[in-house]
Amino acid sequence: MQIPYTVENHPETGVYNGKLGVWLFLASEVMLFGALFSSYILLRTNAAHWPHGVEEGLNIPLATVNTMVLIASSVTMVMAWAAARLHDLKKFRLYMGTTFLCGLIFLGIKYVEYSDKFHHGHLPSKSTFLAIYFTLTGLHGLHVIGGMIVNGYLWGPGAKLFHTDHARFSNRIEVAGLYWHFVDLVWIFLFPVLYLL
Amino acid sequence: MSVLERDEHVAHSHSAPHHEEGFLRKYVFSQDHKWIGIQYGFTALCFLLFGFTLMMIMRWQLAYPGKPVPIIGGLLGQANAPGGIMLPEFYNQLGAMHGTIMVFLAIVPLAVGAFGNYVVPLQIGAPDMAFPKLNMASYWAYFTGGVVMFSSFFVKGGAANSGWTSYAPLSVVATTGQTIWLLGMVCLITSSLLGSINFIVTIFQLRARGLSFMRLPFFVWAQLVTSFLLLLAFPPLEAAAVMQLMDRVAGSSFFLPSGLVVSGQVLANSGGGSPLLWQHLFWFLAHPEVYVLILPALGIVAEVIANNTRKPLWGYKAMVGATLFLGFMSFIVWAHHMFMTGMGTAISAFFQTTTMIISVPSVVILSALLLSLWGGSIRFTTPMLFALGFLPMFGIGGLTGLPLGLAPTDIHLHDTYYVIGHFHYVVAPGTIFAMFAGIYYWFPKVTGRKLNDTLGKLHFWGSFVFINGVFMPMFIQGMAGVSRRLYDGGAQYAHAQGVLHWNSFMSISAWLLFVAQIPFLINFFWSIRKGKKVSANPWEATTLEWSAASSPPIAHGNFPHPPVVVRGPYEYSPPDAPSGFLPQGEVARA
Repeated sequence: MQIPYTVENHPETGVYNGKLGVWLFLASEVMLFGALFSSYILLRTNAAHWPHGVEEGLNIPLATVNTMVLIASSVTMVMAWAAARLHDLKKFRLYMGTTFLCGLIFLGIKYVEYSDKFHHGHLPSKSTFLAIYFTLTGLHGLHVIGGMIVNGYLWGPGAKLFHTDHARFSNRIEVAGLYWHFVDLVWIFLFPVLYLL
Repeated sequence: MSVLERDEHVAHSHSAPHHEEGFLRKYVFSQDHKWIGIQYGFTALCFLLFGFTLMMIMRWQLAYPGKPVPIIGGLLGQANAPGGIMLPEFYNQLGAMHGTIMVFLAIVPLAVGAFGNYVVPLQIGAPDMAFPKLNMASYWAYFTGGVVMFSSFFVKGGAANSGWTSYAPLSVVATTGQTIWLLGMVCLITSSLLGSINFIVTIFQLRARGLSFMRLPFFVWAQLVTSFLLLLAFPPLEAAAVMQLMDRVAGSSFFLPSGLVVSGQVLANSGGGSPLLWQHLFWFLAHPEVYVLILPALGIVAEVIANNTRKPLWGYKAMVGATLFLGFMSFIVWAHHMFMTGMGTAISAFFQTTTMIISVPSVVILSALLLSLWGGSIRFTTPMLFALGFLPMFGIGGLTGLPLGLAPTDIHLHDTYYVIGHFHYVVAPGTIFAMFAGIYYWFPKVTGRKLNDTLGKLHFWGSFVFINGVFMPMFIQGMAGVSRRLYDGGAQYAHAQGVLHWNSFMSISAWLLFVAQIPFLINFFWSIRKGKKVSANPWEATTLEWSAASSPPIAHGNFPHPPVVVRGPYEYSPPDAPSGFLPQGEVARA
């Protein structure tokens, strides 16, 4: 039994199954983070006092570095996909490895930020601002970890598919990339909303 | 080379050598949509019975408050029902879990997981779902969610007891069972997310050649719109569940206002949260969820009615349009559940307007189904009886909803038994009847055998009479102002005295309703092995699933060769066909 359009594009929709699937998944992710951002707006507009991020111990320079790191990882993700399409496994490994490393750096910086806050008693129970901060960044962090697991798999054991079914392999990189860009994009919204506004 | 020949060629070049799969792969961790559908169906029916049992226990307390529960009273546990007499806390657990189990573990998995999984790929001529592994993961996430929910009865303080809506702040300060409820919901949301992506991709990508969108059976349309609702409406509840978990576990105050007093003590939380925020996020899911419950049911009824009137559906295009419009509108009516919260008259005005608008497409679909009966030579088969029973029951459920959608009348009726009567008419004699219609209709496809008709008719008439006995008096009690949340059924309230005698009537009807299910249970298990053997198309139906083999084998695809669709879904009684129907597709036999 063969399921059609796992690799080749459907003539009407113009995409293969996995790509349509991941776009739908991202639509639901938009609703997930959309609900949290809406809650943020509602809580903030109802609050008598809403602290500025810096007042609650948020570190803007570190978050700026993290923003750069994530944007860089999105660039290398695209290059990894291009390399895979061009049948260059070495370059693919290099760029995908860099993407993974960027994710690791992001989480490392996040860890420093979190432990600093825990150390100073800036906990979710302290204020609604910190509660939404930890919920949004925590959920985003889980998404980063999820993406890294996929990327790590594709870099390592998953790369076997490069030789056996090349078209399918580069499709997988593309789909993983779409997700990775989305995770990046969420951060692009999170950063100003939580740290700057 | 003709179309069929070419397909044959493609099929041969693609067919990989089959190897027999082990028991675990074939029957437990199956990736075949048909077997996953059966797994979903069986699990969901078990939960349906379990949810019904919880209600039968509650109905004892409502009819005979303070008397020990007979027969099973001793099994409820000393902590819940000392001496067999139910405690109020336990009553609240039963209420919350009845709602949760019926909606999230019984009806939706049955309507979407079971019927959708089994029938949709067959009806669109696909070899399987687009992502078989995800399909398997979806079932097991659902199963895990079910186990987690069920286990909550055994923790300290028992299961969740803040209603199936889990309104904050009550739910935030509730016992441990609520945390487990939230974890269970996360599993169930994951399951429905995986399932809905799979359905949408399957319907968009894997339709057989010639099966354009306007040739899709109405059931497939219903499942498609349902999947979009699940995909987009569930994530906000997931966000809300995460926030409530934070409130309960990390001590945050998303849903806790400042200065909240619980049991005479001011809570030592930071405050600044909003209980209304929970309601908005919850109903943003839970209103589309109502259409998740009803759309697949309408789909099943449409299939059964077209088949048994031997006529094309009346107004197929209008029904499809109405379904799409309904799906869209269902996202902007949620706050009609919140007229009493003081969210403001401007918002109420907006939401009652959208609510009145959404009733239009519902009426379009119901009218089209009703008009489809006109002039048909109706075959009163068992599935048709359930489908015919569905129409007036869903009609009553829908019409009684109008006064609840208008803020002035809702203020009177809110949180009374009227509300319970209203939505149960939609879901119980509505959706569940449609589910039974579906079971009787597709049973021969799944097993190759028919369910017994005499037992089926006994099942139908018993259910039809007693289910009305359960829900009709609720309108009377509700209009008298009896609250839906009373542990004693209203015995301590003066205004309830005049309608109190209905409590025992409703309870006895509920228990007789259970008795009426016994013929079904016997019929179901007996017919799997001993039922009358039938051909691949016993109902002389047109849609593609009836062109597949009888009881199609598991794990080997659905059609020996990809089918080609040449006409619309309901070509019944065309003038030029002596057989009385024209199948939708041409399927080459192996």
